Amino acid sequence: MNKRFSVHRTPQLENLERRLFLRRGLSLGAVALLSGCNITDQESVQRVLWTMSRWNDRAQGWLFDPKRLAPEFPESAITKPFPFNAFYGEDEVIDVDGGRFRLEVGGLVSEKKPWTLPQLYALPQVSQVTRHICVEGWSAIGKWSGVRFSDFLQRVGADLTAKYVGFKCADKYYTSIDMATALHPQTQLSFRYADELLPPKYGFPMKLRIPTKLGFKNPKHIAAIYVTNTNPGGYWEDQGYNWYSGS
Amino acid sequence: MRVHPLVVRVTHWINVLAVLMMVTSGWQIYNASPIFSFAFPAELTLGGWLAGALQWHFAAMWLLAVNGLVYVTYGIASGHFRRKLFPLSPLGVLRDIREALRGRLAHDDLSTYNAAQRAAYLALIAMLAVMVASGLVLWKPVQLYWLGSLMGDYEGARLLHFFAMSAVVLIVLAHVIMVIVVPRTFPTMVTGRARRAS
Repeated sequence: MNKRFSVHRTPQLENLERRLFLRRGLSLGAVALLSGCNITDQESVQRVLWTMSRWNDRAQGWLFDPKRLAPEFPESAITKPFPFNAFYGEDEVIDVDGGRFRLEVGGLVSEKKPWTLPQLYALPQVSQVTRHICVEGWSAIGKWSGVRFSDFLQRVGADLTAKYVGFKCADKYYTSIDMATALHPQTQLSFRYADELLPPKYGFPMKLRIPTKLGFKNPKHIAAIYVTNTNPGGYWEDQGYNWYSGS
Repeated sequence: MRVHPLVVRVTHWINVLAVLMMVTSGWQIYNASPIFSFAFPAELTLGGWLAGALQWHFAAMWLLAVNGLVYVTYGIASGHFRRKLFPLSPLGVLRDIREALRGRLAHDDLSTYNAAQRAAYLALIAMLAVMVASGLVLWKPVQLYWLGSLMGDYEGARLLHFFAMSAVVLIVLAHVIMVIVVPRTFPTMVTGRARRAS
């Protein structure tokens, strides 16, 4: 570019050249901007973006303080009505038969016997009023009650040094979390919302409430829990949403 | 005549790229759950859909942060900020804005910024710092709760992030318009040298 501007000597030509250069530069930017979708679809760009997302998983793992608690709120701060959100519409919410329901436990655990709901309800219960933050940007405050997930993992003799806990849900949703988050004191296997039995739209018979992760990392209608060292991915995660998605 | 040091030119153009990616992917993220009753035109957004936009946003944030850190460290350590952006008098800023609107702003010596330029560049640096701080709170509202409590927690940070973005876009627009009005400033940010006004 140095050369380009030193070839022409007359000021008029120089100015013209610069204006053309400027205009060309601007239109190049505009083209790049307008074809945004196409840029994202290119294979090399996809590789870079996915690599950065895996790097961000690691960075968030380092930033995660297993002792830092998510803020809790008074019950007066609860958002009413609490929004419904899933990968399907509210009219497609599934109805799980609580009487016949059995929670399966598998992978790196010593106690693999399935759990009935009364057995789960008999475990020590805790409550929390915390902020649920959706990956879309909105947030809402709700109250959940259930068993501390670390208590549950200890009861089933889970290998707490394993890397991941995976979830399979009755509505075909699936996701997974890191062990550090699974053992966080506020991570809760929830059976109740606002002191009532979890209604179908909020994930009957149980959801995992994680106030240190985005909403889509809080699976509903959980049917099976398994401990593993192989990252099981997730419904949204496999499509490009960041796997760690921690708060 | 040498006007812009190499560090300033390199970080300027990397910043152009980083801010462009952050703003356009940010608009796509905004569209997933608009705060106000409008959405950004899809043609001006980056990422195709929310997941793609988030991937761009959380990749480009490292570029923006590292580049910004290099620029600010250089600006303070080398005395570049002190020499070029200060002193700054409010009256001078008002006078220069008035002159600029009348099309009479003196811009003969490209190595010295007038008061309006100083104010605009300082404001841009400050607004980008606010964007990074509020963006960190949105990314890590629990881990950085102490930082979030200075800006009204998660929802406050969300508003602040939006308004700081608006300020950045306005300052950049004014900057680009001024470059179009005084086009000989453009090659200077590439080569670092300026010729006398013709």
